[in-house]
Amino acid sequence: MSTMAPPAYHPVHEQHEDQPGIPLARVVRVELRKMFNTRSGFWLIASLVILGVVATIGTILFAPDDQLTHNTFAAAIGFPMTIVLPIIAILAITGEWSQRTGLTTFTLVPDRRRVLLAKTVASVVVGVAAMLVALAVGVVGNLVGTAITGTDLVWDLSAAQFGTIVIGSLLCLLTGTMLGMVIRSSPGALVTYFVLTLVLPTVFGILATNQPDFVDVRPWVDAELARSFLFEGPPDGGEQWAQVAVTAGLWLVLPTLLGLRAVLRSEVK
Amino acid sequence: MITIDSLTKKYGRTTVVDGVSFVARPGRVTGFLGPNGAGKSTTMRMVVGLTKPSSGSSTVAGRPFAELANPGREIGVMLDASAQHAGRTGREILTIVQQMLGLPGRRVEEMLDLVSLTPAEADRRVGNYSLGMRQRLGIATALIGNPGVLMLDEPANGLDPAGIRWMRDLLRDFADRGGTVLLSSHLLREVEVVADDIVMIGHGRVVCEGSKADLVRSLGTVARTDDTPALRRALHAAGVDTDVTDEGTVTTTAEPAHVGRVAFSAGIALTELRTADGGLEDMFLELTADTQREVTPSRKNRRERKAA
Repeated sequence: MSTMAPPAYHPVHEQHEDQPGIPLARVVRVELRKMFNTRSGFWLIASLVILGVVATIGTILFAPDDQLTHNTFAAAIGFPMTIVLPIIAILAITGEWSQRTGLTTFTLVPDRRRVLLAKTVASVVVGVAAMLVALAVGVVGNLVGTAITGTDLVWDLSAAQFGTIVIGSLLCLLTGTMLGMVIRSSPGALVTYFVLTLVLPTVFGILATNQPDFVDVRPWVDAELARSFLFEGPPDGGEQWAQVAVTAGLWLVLPTLLGLRAVLRSEVK
Repeated sequence: MITIDSLTKKYGRTTVVDGVSFVARPGRVTGFLGPNGAGKSTTMRMVVGLTKPSSGSSTVAGRPFAELANPGREIGVMLDASAQHAGRTGREILTIVQQMLGLPGRRVEEMLDLVSLTPAEADRRVGNYSLGMRQRLGIATALIGNPGVLMLDEPANGLDPAGIRWMRDLLRDFADRGGTVLLSSHLLREVEVVADDIVMIGHGRVVCEGSKADLVRSLGTVARTDDTPALRRALHAAGVDTDVTDEGTVTTTAEPAHVGRVAFSAGIALTELRTADGGLEDMFLELTADTQREVTPSRKNRRERKAA
């Protein structure tokens, strides 16, 4: 370094006595950036858009003409999202442990609850944005698809239904956040996620076929089943909403609290 | 300033850090020295709240770390230069920290300049960095918030000789400007050159602590002469206790200058006069011998002879 240039540090002259703290909005912004600025993160989020477009094209090509409605497009685009969004949410959390970046992150923001909150908010922001993109792609798909086939335009996706789809997708996404906190390892959390969403519902299904008594209990314990009420249109009546709430409490809120405890106690190495 | 007060960490029945206390003062480089597994990293992790102490406490700039509003602007920390997302570029990693701390964007370029990472290197993914480049990036990350305190775990690991020299000069300069530097190492040579104060740790305990000058002085003197009994008589007359080694040299706890003067006035010609063998290294090896995984046979014999 040349002797003319002043050094870029002034350990004494700089007084930080009354430093303002780090506002949560700033932590959220940085965490959002961290979700995009790796190759895997970028492609994961890009895959949301790509899958959305592919699903739209597939719907135009393969769906029967009379089913080319906005609802069909929304469902086709929404399905890959419910798979990819939780993965994004998982990696946002587990990366701090699997990639060991937590050593820096938790040293800059010692209150780990703030980091986790910021990551959750950032994941939800990505989720909602992705869903709005899906809505827009669905609109374009519906316009283009019906124009190609010459069928009537059908706008059968109500605002209420879109709302419950958003809620259902966010529940999926937050399940990813929860698993990230509980397991704190990318491969482990990903495997567990697929066990929860693919294996467990199958087990519940088999149980329901063999144990008639279980059929009534199932919607109260099977989170996948309860969430499907949200995706298939606004749940009818209070009972289905209650089932959504109970399963979310069981499979989301409770483990999140355990995960939070584990994160706060765990040693960052 | 970093103040560490009786920090202890237990995992089940194993005590990894056992009541460690010391102060790293402003304007000084404090070397935290000990063999691998002695508890250096655990102590440092406890200071910044990454590991919860079983008991004891510590402060940075007079406050517990968790109470610092924006810790990155008070203390620059590098615990492991390799703990970075391999898929991010060096520049991106610095930018994340710059934004989190609320610093102007130009700090990123300033830091890249300071640690001599070229623009092309800064735009490469860290997965392709050499360990030396990661250490430089780690230093840049630690300094970007313009802190008054630096805490670095094994910062010279992986640096080439020029890099070690650069690091040493930087830390020296930082301390000379009034900053506090705490750096750990398992290599005595590395610490000996740059540190003002030395804290030695073995088996989780501080085994020795003080300014480097004091530690060197307390080692005493080795003298050799053709007439060993005459030298010992003269020294005893001057009130200095002596020992004779197997090699026939006289050792004392007195300073070399004093021994030289005594010999001169007694008319004894010294053929050798120096501070005790190996400087801090012998002391380092002696003090941490129990915790060393490798003990050389000759050293082991010597210790056993002493014990006998």
